[in-house]
Amino acid sequence: MTDNQHSADQDTDTAQGGRHTAGAFDIRNFIGGLLGLYGIILTLMGLFGDQELDKTGGWNANLYTGIGLLIVSAIFITWARLKPTIVPAHVETADDGAGPGPTP
Amino acid sequence: MPALAGLRTADTLISANLVDYTIIALYFVFVLGIGIMARRAISDSLDFFLSGRSLPAWVTGLAFISANLGAVEIMGMSANGAQFGISAVHYFWVGAIPAMLFLGVVMMPFYYGSKVRSVPEFMFRRFGTGAHLVNAISFAVAQLLIAGVNLFLLGSIVQALLGWPLWVALIVAAIIVLSYITLGGLSAAIYNEVLQFFVIVAALLPLTLIGLNRVGGYQGLKDKITEFASTPAAVAAGVPSADDQLHSWPGQALTGFGSGTLSVIGIVFGLGFVLSFGYWTTNFVEVQRAMASNSISAARKTPIIGAFPKMFIPFIVIIPGMIAAVLVNEIRELKAGGAPTGGASGTVQYNDSLILLMRDVLPNGLLGLAIAGLLAAFMAGMAANISAFNTVLSYDLWQRYIVKEREDSYYLKVGRLATVAATFVAIFTAIIASSFSNIMNYLQTLFGFFNAPLFATFILGMFWKRMTATAGWVGLSAGTIGAVIFAFLSEDAFGSASLGVIPIGGQGAAFLAASTAFVVDIVLSILVTFRTESKPVSELRGLVYSETPKEDLVDPEEAKLPWYRRTIPLASVALVLVIALNFAF
Repeated sequence: MTDNQHSADQDTDTAQGGRHTAGAFDIRNFIGGLLGLYGIILTLMGLFGDQELDKTGGWNANLYTGIGLLIVSAIFITWARLKPTIVPAHVETADDGAGPGPTP
Repeated sequence: MPALAGLRTADTLISANLVDYTIIALYFVFVLGIGIMARRAISDSLDFFLSGRSLPAWVTGLAFISANLGAVEIMGMSANGAQFGISAVHYFWVGAIPAMLFLGVVMMPFYYGSKVRSVPEFMFRRFGTGAHLVNAISFAVAQLLIAGVNLFLLGSIVQALLGWPLWVALIVAAIIVLSYITLGGLSAAIYNEVLQFFVIVAALLPLTLIGLNRVGGYQGLKDKITEFASTPAAVAAGVPSADDQLHSWPGQALTGFGSGTLSVIGIVFGLGFVLSFGYWTTNFVEVQRAMASNSISAARKTPIIGAFPKMFIPFIVIIPGMIAAVLVNEIRELKAGGAPTGGASGTVQYNDSLILLMRDVLPNGLLGLAIAGLLAAFMAGMAANISAFNTVLSYDLWQRYIVKEREDSYYLKVGRLATVAATFVAIFTAIIASSFSNIMNYLQTLFGFFNAPLFATFILGMFWKRMTATAGWVGLSAGTIGAVIFAFLSEDAFGSASLGVIPIGGQGAAFLAASTAFVVDIVLSILVTFRTESKPVSELRGLVYSETPKEDLVDPEEAKLPWYRRTIPLASVALVLVIALNFAF
C-alpha cells in the first residue's frame, strides 16, 4: 500500500508525507452532528411545543436540554476543526490482533 | 405502525409522538451511516482500520465501557437502585473500577505483548488445548445467554413503545439487531459505541435531573425514601431500611446477609474481587477494545480512561431507579408488596423502573431522546455479544478444531451463518430471561460460572510458571461445576430450580457461587500441578510474569508524555477518586 493509493479519495490531504486527516470519519464530527440535530429539535420543541410542566416539575426541560446539546455539539465540532485527527500513512500492518474477526 | 395495528393487544406504556419517532429514526440513520461508510472505506482500502487505530485513547476508553453499558447495565442497575437503593453503586465503585485499573496496570501488557487475537487464544498459548476448549465453549455459551437477556430487554422496550406482544417484539427486535450487525460489521463497532455513549448520557442525564426536580432534589429524595421505608406496608414487604437504602456500606440490602461484617466481606471478596476481576480482566468483549489500540501504552490506558466516566454512571442509572421507587405509582406498589399490572411482562417488575419514570417525567421530545438512548444501549450490547460469539466460534472453535486450513472467505461465511444462528438462539434465551424478576441476579449467576474460575486460572497461570496444562483445564471445569452445584443448592440463584439447601438467596448467593468457583479452581489447580509435568520455560515468554523481560511490558515512549497521559499516574488518580466516592455515599 503506497501513500498515493492511501490518500487518493481524501479531500483533506495535507500535502506533506502522505499524512491526512480523518475528515468525515472523525467520530467527533459524527457525535457533534447527531447531538446538534437533537439540540435543534429539542430547542424547537421547547419554544413551540407543549412544555408539559406538570411532568417536569415546572421546567422547560426540552429547551434546557436542547441548548445543552447544542453547546456540546459545538464543542465537539470545534475540537475536531482545531485538532484534526491525523491518519499516518505508515502504520505497522494490521497483523497483530487489531483485525477483528470475521465480518458478520 | 398502521400495518401492524391488528397486533395491538395492550395500551402502550409510553405515548410517543411524531417528534419522538423522528429522534429515534435519526439515531438509526447515524448508526447505519457509520456502517455504510465503514463498509465502503474497507472495500477501498485499509483507511477505516488505520483511522480507527490512530484514534486517541479517550475514544477507545469510551468504547471500552460503552461495550458494557448495555441493556443489562442500564435496566438492571436502575432496578437495583429501585429495590436496594444506593448500595447498588458497589457494582461500579467496588465491582468495576479496581478491576479495570488492574487490567490496565498489570494484565494488559501480557495480552498486548503476546499478540494474541482473543482471550481464549491466550489460554491456548499458555495451557494448550484442554483449557482453550473449556474457555472458548463456555465463553460462546455465555455470550448467547447474555445476548438473550439484552434481546429480552430490547423486546420489552419495543413492547412498551408500540404495544406489541412480547414475542412479536422479540422477533422484530432480533431482526433489527441482525441487520445492524450485518450492515455495520465489527469494524464499525468502536465508532458506534462511542456515539452510543454520548446518546445514552444525553438521554439519562436530563431524566435524572428532572426526576430530582420532581422529588425536591437529593435531600427530597432521601426524605421520601425514609418516609416510604417506614410505612407499615413497606415494613411488612421487607423493604430495606432507609439507612440501608441511603448508605452504600455495609450493603446488607444488596447481599441479603444478616451480618454487616459478612456483607462487607461478601461485597469486597465476592463482588469486588472474584466477580469483577473475572469479568473485566478476562471478558473478550471488553479486552478486545484495548487490544486493538495502537501501542502498549494506549492499550494500558484504555480501561483506565474508561474508569473515569464509569465512576459517574451510577448517578444517571441508579439515582433514577431510586427516584422511580418513590415517584412512580406502580413501582411504589410493587415495593410495598403488591403486584401491579402493566410493564413489559404483564405485571410490573423492577426492571420497568426506568421506562415508567420516563413515562412520568419526560415531555415529548426528550422522551424520544430517552428511547433512542435505551435502544442504542440494547442494540450495541447484543451486537457486542453476538459479534464476540462469532469471532470465538469461527476462529477459536471452527478453525482450530473442526474445519482447519480453509481460505479466509470460508471462515467469513461461517461467521455470517453463526450470526444468524446466534440471533435465533438469543430469542429462546430471551424467553428464559423473561422468567427472572431481576435480570442482575441471573447475570451475576452466569458470570460466576464462567468468569470467576477463568480469572483464577489466568492469574495463577500468569504469575506461577510451574502451573501445568492439565491444571488449567481441570481447574476451569471444576470451578464452573462448583458454581453450578452451589447455585442449585442455594435458595434462588436458579429461580425455582434451586433446591434451597443452603439458606442464602438474592445477590449474595451469586457472590458466594462465584467465590466457590474461584476457591475450587485455585485449590484443584495447585493440587494437579504437583502431579503433572510443567511446560518448558522457553515457551512461556510473554505469557508468564517471571519469564518475560521487563522491557516487553512497558512502552518506552510513555516516559516522555506529561503525567496525565501516563498509565500509573492516571490509575492512581482514578483510585483516589473512587475511594473518595465510597466515603461520600
